[in-house]
Amino acid sequence: MSDEKLVGIVLVSHSAEVATSVAELAKALSGGGVTVPIAPAGGTASGEFGTSSELVSAAAATVDRGAGVAVLTDLGSAVLTVKALLAEGDELPENTRLVDAPFVEGAVAAVVTAATGADLASVEAAAAEAYSYRKV
Amino acid sequence: MLDADFFRRWMTATAASVDREAERLTALDSPIGDADHGSNLQRGFTAVVATLEKEAPDTPGAVLMLAGRQLISTVGGASGPLYGTLLRRTGKALGDAAEVSREQLAEAFRTGVDAVRTLGGAAPGDKTMIDALAPAVDALGDSFAAARAAAGEGAEATVPLQARKGRASYLGERSIGHQDPGATSAALLVAALGEAAGE
Repeated sequence: MSDEKLVGIVLVSHSAEVATSVAELAKALSGGGVTVPIAPAGGTASGEFGTSSELVSAAAATVDRGAGVAVLTDLGSAVLTVKALLAEGDELPENTRLVDAPFVEGAVAAVVTAATGADLASVEAAAAEAYSYRKV
Repeated sequence: MLDADFFRRWMTATAASVDREAERLTALDSPIGDADHGSNLQRGFTAVVATLEKEAPDTPGAVLMLAGRQLISTVGGASGPLYGTLLRRTGKALGDAAEVSREQLAEAFRTGVDAVRTLGGAAPGDKTMIDALAPAVDALGDSFAAARAAAGEGAEATVPLQARKGRASYLGERSIGHQDPGATSAALLVAALGEAAGE
């Protein structure tokens, strides 16, 4: 557990609307009280479908409170862009991780967990755990 | 020996070739992808040429690292981080030498291709750019012409393959019979080496 500092969360989707909506949904489902720093990075900088490394870097910078940043992605170029940025070493805040989790369910789990003041490893584990929630 | 100007010419020749072939790349990307490969790479390499002119990096490694960074930030599709990583890692492996030999380039290019394989998780036969790049790496030690031929053959050999990576993999057997757009653009990148060398 880290004192006061909350883990930041970045949601990267090919669609700006999807990233923004999932961020709102996750915040709404996390209940009142603590506000988790969460930022969407959806679509390209010119507003098309795709991934923008600039939007991802900017979003990560805005949610970084010093407790680490968990990045959740949808698919394809979103995953590859974040991985490429992490490999560069200087493009994302220190202690940023790409979390292997389903996008919507993982985002909700991450936000709920981050709101408790949990550390990055716990937030990551909670998001990844969302894969095990079967619907049928 | 290959100097920074050679690598600038390589990027310029790639941009010109991507411009010429953009419609074909996008057409190849229509049945099995999301029909944006040509326009994405066009945007990316146009930005690469512009930034190389503006910042004028003076070593082979610096040229490729700047080009790779630009591709990661401009392309918007999966080919951005993939080609960006290819060029950045190749550039990084070249270090800060003012000139490099073709053999040194071949060695560095292998490092770059390995990084792409790690990033995308693709192996030869998965119907991706790796199917053009892997044979090109092996042939680059011989000559630019051999690398060009190997990449071209590798791209054509993706036609009967079933895609195992990326969006095309969702199509399963329906991806068979189409040449992979990524392997096709990778062959253009390799072919541009010979153009940069004036062959």
